[in-house]
Formats: sequence, C-alpha cells, structure tokens
Amino acid sequence: MTTQALGQTDTRTLGQSARSEIAAIFAVALIGLGIVFVAGHAQASALHDAAHDVRHATGFPCH
Amino acid sequence: MFQKVLTSAVFAGFGAGLLAALLQFTFVQPVLLRAELFESGALMHFGADGTPVPELTFTVDARRDGLSILFTALIYTGYAMVLSAAMAFAARRGHAINLRSGLLWGIAGFVAVQLAPAFSLPPELPGSAAAEVGARQVWWSATIVATAVALGLIAFGRNWIAILIAAALTLAPHLVGAPHTADYIGPVPPELAGLFAARALGVGLMAWSILGALIGLIWSREAEP
Repeated sequence: MTTQALGQTDTRTLGQSARSEIAAIFAVALIGLGIVFVAGHAQASALHDAAHDVRHATGFPCH
Repeated sequence: MFQKVLTSAVFAGFGAGLLAALLQFTFVQPVLLRAELFESGALMHFGADGTPVPELTFTVDARRDGLSILFTALIYTGYAMVLSAAMAFAARRGHAINLRSGLLWGIAGFVAVQLAPAFSLPPELPGSAAAEVGARQVWWSATIVATAVALGLIAFGRNWIAILIAAALTLAPHLVGAPHTADYIGPVPPELAGLFAARALGVGLMAWSILGALIGLIWSREAEP
C-alpha cells in the first residue's frame, strides 16, 4: 500500500516537472521569436534605422 | 535541460552573431554601400554608356556599424533560442545533440529562415522595388513556418504521407506567390542586386551552420545538472 502510494506521488511529481520543463523550453522559444520580430520586423523609425543594414543583409523585408 | 537550452542558445547565438556581423561587413556591406549610391540618386545606371563601378574608401561609421553588430548578435541570439528549444524537444525524444547533429539543425534553420523566403522574395538590395512591407512580412513569416514544419516532417515523420505533406507545405507559399510590385522600377544595377542576394544567402548559410554547430557543441559539453 505504502509503496504504491509513494509510486503514484513520484509519477505525479515527475509529470509536473516534465510539464514545467516543457513550458520553460517554450518560453525560451517565444522570447527568441520576440527578439527576432522586434529586431527584424518592427517599423518604429528609430528601430528601423538602427537595424536597417542587418535587415537587408539577413533577408528580412525592410522598407 | 532548460539550463542547456538557455546556455547553448545565448552563447552560440551571440558567438555566431558576432561572426555573422564580421562576414557581413566583409562580403555584404560593400555591395550594400554601392547600392545606396544608386538608391540615393548620387549615381544613375540607366543609359547606353554604363556607370563605372564606384570606388569605396574604407571608413568606419562607429554608430551605424556598432548598431549593425549589436542587431546581428541580437537576431542570431533570437534564432538560437528558437533553434535550441526545437533541439530540446528532439533531445527529449531521444535524439542525440552534438556538434554534428547541431550542424544539420543549423543548415535546416538556414533553409527555413533564409533560403525558403528568398526563393520568391530574394534578399532586397536597398533601392529595390518591393510591395508593401506589411504584406511581405506576413508572407515571409508564413513561408518560414510552413518550411520549418515541412523540414520537421521530413526529419521526424514516419511515413510517406508526412513526406507528401512536407512537399506541399514547401511549395505552397511559392505557388500562392509573394507580394510583388506591378512594375520593375528599381534604380539599382542588376549586377549589384544579383551579387547582393548571393552574398546575403552565402553569409546566412555560413552563420547558421556555425550557429547550429555551436549549439550542439555547447549542449554536449554542458553536463546535465
């Protein structure tokens, strides 16, 4: 009985930690996407001018 | 694993970004600066006599070049975060992550992010005629997503249906067609435009290869906590 209960708790904890790890990895990907979109796509003129050469050189649509 | 994703992404992204900036200054920037002379109207290439290739004197514009280095490192760090997150999901399914597999991931990233959109929307030289920027950004983003999914299906799909879907996803954006202008009105010589597109793609391939290989290398060196 006791062993079974312990086993269930372990599985649940493992499930939770796997889920939070997946969430954390997704968060990294989302932040990465955010960086690429702000640096590559945002049309605010200061940002556009600052990133201008890089956008052209890395093939982003620029103007 | 989260620690590996973040560490490999930040170091590889920044490192590959700095190398990409160096490659761009050497191979892409001279083409871009010459094109700007035509974009601004300082030089014209229409006419029977042609225009002598303008000489460039080597100058450092600290603000402009500094911002370019910063933004290249930033964009490649962004790419690295997405790429290493994708690699993490593959690692969770038991695929090995090391320098060699990282190189393949990097090349796949180049195909999805630079080569696929360039197939219908080639890297634009300043002064090139182009359709409205918002429409191009939407098409550009959709093409990258479709190609990335297609590459994932080819790499990890288990049957021929996955390959067929991958082929359809790869071709669809180009059959739909990228937004283009109604007229050819670019003032920049085609010699420069061709060289620029080839150089931008070549530097992209080098930088993405370095990026993927570095992520794989750092990943495999970092011990599981």
